Amino acid sequence: MSYIYRLLAALLLVPLLLTSAGAQTELRDLVNALSGGKLSARAAQIEAIAATGNVHAVPVLRALQDGTLYFRKSDKQIFLTKKSGKDFVLSDPLTLETIATEPRKAFTKVRVNNALRRQIASIIGTMTLHSDDPQARIAAANSIRKTGEAANLPTLNDAIKAEKDGAVLAAMELARAAIILKTDATVDEKVDAIERIRTAGGTSAIPLLRTLAKGSDATLSKAADAAIAEIEQAKALWNIGQTVWYGVSLGSVLLLAAIGLAVTFGVMGVINMAHGEMVMLGAYTTFVVQELIRNNYPGLFDYSLALALPMAFLVSGACGFAMERGIIRFLYGRPLETLLATWGVSLILQQTIRTIFGSTNKEVGNPSWMSGAYEFGGLTLTANRMWIVVFAMVVFSALFIVLKRTGFGLQMRAVTQNRKMASSMGIRTPWVDALTFALGSGIAGIAGVALSQIANVSPNLGQSYIIDSFMVVVFGGVGNLWGTLVGALSLGIANKFLEPYAGAVLAKILILVFIILFIQKRPRGLFALKGRAVEA
Amino acid sequence: MTTAKDKIRSIGLAALATGMMTTAAFAADDTIKVGVLHSLSGTMAISETTLKDAMLMLIEEQNKKGGLLGKQLEAVVVDPASDWPLFAEKARELLDVHDVAAVFGNWTSVSRKSVLPVFEELNGILFYPVQYEGEESQRNVFYTGAAPNQQAIPAVDYLLENEGVERWVLAGTDYVYPRTTNKILEAYLKSKGVTDADIMINYTPFGHADWQTIVSDIKTFGTEGKKTAVVSTINGDANVPFYKELGNQGIAATDIPVVAFSVGEEELAGLDTAPLVGHLAAWNYFQSVESDENAQFIETWRAFTGDDERVTNDPMEAHYIGFNMWVDAVEKAGTTDVDSVIDSIIGVSVPNLSGGYSTMMPNHHITKPVLIGEIQDDGQFEIVDQSDGLVAGDAWSDYLPDSAKLISDWRSPLSCGNFNVATATCGGKGS
Repeated sequence: MSYIYRLLAALLLVPLLLTSAGAQTELRDLVNALSGGKLSARAAQIEAIAATGNVHAVPVLRALQDGTLYFRKSDKQIFLTKKSGKDFVLSDPLTLETIATEPRKAFTKVRVNNALRRQIASIIGTMTLHSDDPQARIAAANSIRKTGEAANLPTLNDAIKAEKDGAVLAAMELARAAIILKTDATVDEKVDAIERIRTAGGTSAIPLLRTLAKGSDATLSKAADAAIAEIEQAKALWNIGQTVWYGVSLGSVLLLAAIGLAVTFGVMGVINMAHGEMVMLGAYTTFVVQELIRNNYPGLFDYSLALALPMAFLVSGACGFAMERGIIRFLYGRPLETLLATWGVSLILQQTIRTIFGSTNKEVGNPSWMSGAYEFGGLTLTANRMWIVVFAMVVFSALFIVLKRTGFGLQMRAVTQNRKMASSMGIRTPWVDALTFALGSGIAGIAGVALSQIANVSPNLGQSYIIDSFMVVVFGGVGNLWGTLVGALSLGIANKFLEPYAGAVLAKILILVFIILFIQKRPRGLFALKGRAVEA
Repeated sequence: MTTAKDKIRSIGLAALATGMMTTAAFAADDTIKVGVLHSLSGTMAISETTLKDAMLMLIEEQNKKGGLLGKQLEAVVVDPASDWPLFAEKARELLDVHDVAAVFGNWTSVSRKSVLPVFEELNGILFYPVQYEGEESQRNVFYTGAAPNQQAIPAVDYLLENEGVERWVLAGTDYVYPRTTNKILEAYLKSKGVTDADIMINYTPFGHADWQTIVSDIKTFGTEGKKTAVVSTINGDANVPFYKELGNQGIAATDIPVVAFSVGEEELAGLDTAPLVGHLAAWNYFQSVESDENAQFIETWRAFTGDDERVTNDPMEAHYIGFNMWVDAVEKAGTTDVDSVIDSIIGVSVPNLSGGYSTMMPNHHITKPVLIGEIQDDGQFEIVDQSDGLVAGDAWSDYLPDSAKLISDWRSPLSCGNFNVATATCGGKGS
């Protein structure tokens, strides 16, 4: 990698060059050259830019890596761009000053591919090793560790000597250790490096250690084997935790999908085949709310889900209310007709949505706080899954409180347990029926908001959850909210523990078989209702 | 209770009405009818509705040019509703009741298999526009989508040569296309010296939504010190959660690239593609192709749909090619008679949208360029590699032992879809 050496030589000259206008012009010419040439020529162009050693090249390279570097079709001038509606906000690639806002159509992107992105990452790594920002230095050290170029070693050694910050130093030492293992350093040095990697832990070093363990040197391969064993043992423990987490996460999705059904089917006994479509309506409401926000108040985008929640509840709730008043109330006590009628409604709703929004998937964006992942020891918790688990628990608790602690909840339970008695006590039973159904549907709508973050928003969204929802409610015990919670979580966790051994297809089949057997043994599910209410 | 019953009845009728969204065509004799057999409801509607619209556009454009043989073309659209047996019924309806001259349709391989006997029995013509697993060549069917050697194999070659990939995850949906494609790819990779330990094969159900375990398995599989890539034959709706999970677990394209065979512009329209930049797809056409034909096609398409953000995709181009080939063949034969068209279409060349010409081969497959694209943050693909010239579709894969000996040539005197060159007999596998 000769450019690294050239880069090093150039780095020494940086203080001199920075002040000279000539260097800026040279860099600008090199940058503007990016607008021409084929993809295959780009590696050489990038190398030339890196060889100037000019720190002003870093933003350009970063933009190239992120795909925000464009050139104007008319004069081949290169700009850093930021999207703003149908326009680009342009800034100068070297001075970073904002220049103008022009329509996007007039610009073409400077193309890169994966190989070039890797090259740029390595270059930025070495160029930012002396940055003023400790975070940038850590990032630089990490990217050097990832690429593992032996040519970076002298630069890294210099940086380590100059480094004062402990955290940065640790990252740099780790990067150094990773590189040393690839060079022809002495055995002692390499054993030290292995020791450092072992204490740092983490699975990213395993591939490197594996190649060493297969090597010819006995001392080295022994040390590497020991380090691998230790890292993997720690990993095995974390893996169990990770599987439980995946299970909880799948369980909470099941819970969200099923919890509305626990009200309409569990409490009211209505076999509502259109339940999935209520979830879908919630997801589409989220889409509409996001579109409105995107077009009118882009700054509020991170709060779009919070705004979508009440809207989804109202839309699905209103739809459920209309369904109960319009259809279901005439069919109480006739499960087969209810099933067919609600299935018909589900088809109508699907086709309506398809007609209005089209059959293609709609893009519902993740707010920034729901993207990415948190590392917690050896666990990786993806942000959207984590918030969905939290959200599912909140919805569950809220519904629980409504049922057990409010007047409406009391009336609802009274009506479902003994309709005649409740009626003679002055409760307007038809009204309670309608509100209960609306509540169940509204909760399904809320679930749709959450599911829009992890699933497709398409007219078929509901269908993929309807079977799972019924499964959870039946397994947990009809009419029991706790049963739904326990049922959802245990099905989720069981599924995730089976999946690595049986594969995704077989795991699902096994779970279904298990539920069939279970229902044979306990027809009323995990938490069966007892007493007279059962017969009603 | 009577009111209740009436209401139910009306709901039932409404449900029936939505199920039967058939644009029935009662036409005068001076039109040539063209059948469109794509699902407009059910799980496949997401992909197939677009193709129905594309067909309507092509027919409208042809009529503007004066129709065919002096007659106007007329589309007969039926909805097989993503229901595989219903495809056969609807195909029979098109050929028997509507007496169409040719049918353009189907998406999934299972639906194609379901209509094959109907087209054979009633002697119709079917143009099938989607990339598929190969291992088939039927007299009445023209395959305008990619065979494995026009998509899967070149994509793997690209990863071998440009990314230096040594470890492979073959992930697919559990049905015939991914299973056959992965079988071919496995044989191909092994012929390139890849060992069993370096291949991981994984199947998931249709519409699989929870990818946490599998994505983390892929991540672990990738930490073995060898460059790893995922070859995805995941189909339809399952792609969105798959890519979302990849993005969230931080698998960047620079570490473990994913190359997909079923993800196009249309599928990406439902996704925030920023975390996916750099992942790959292999097709024979991308909307980003720079050619005059393509610019014209996109403009016509957007005008037709009245949506100036509407994207185009590979199967649409396949219909574009297939339709124009059929038009040329009919003009060449001077009749829409099925047997004459089947004979005259072989060798017909029409412009494709990437600036070249595609030709119908004697095995009923066509020649196409192979393009490899990287996903961009605007949901489009950047073309990073392109085959030198055109690749002819191979019906029978050379990498599977029992199909390597088979060839297909529908010209007389051979006139056989599965001719075994070793035994010099027609028939064998797939007959």
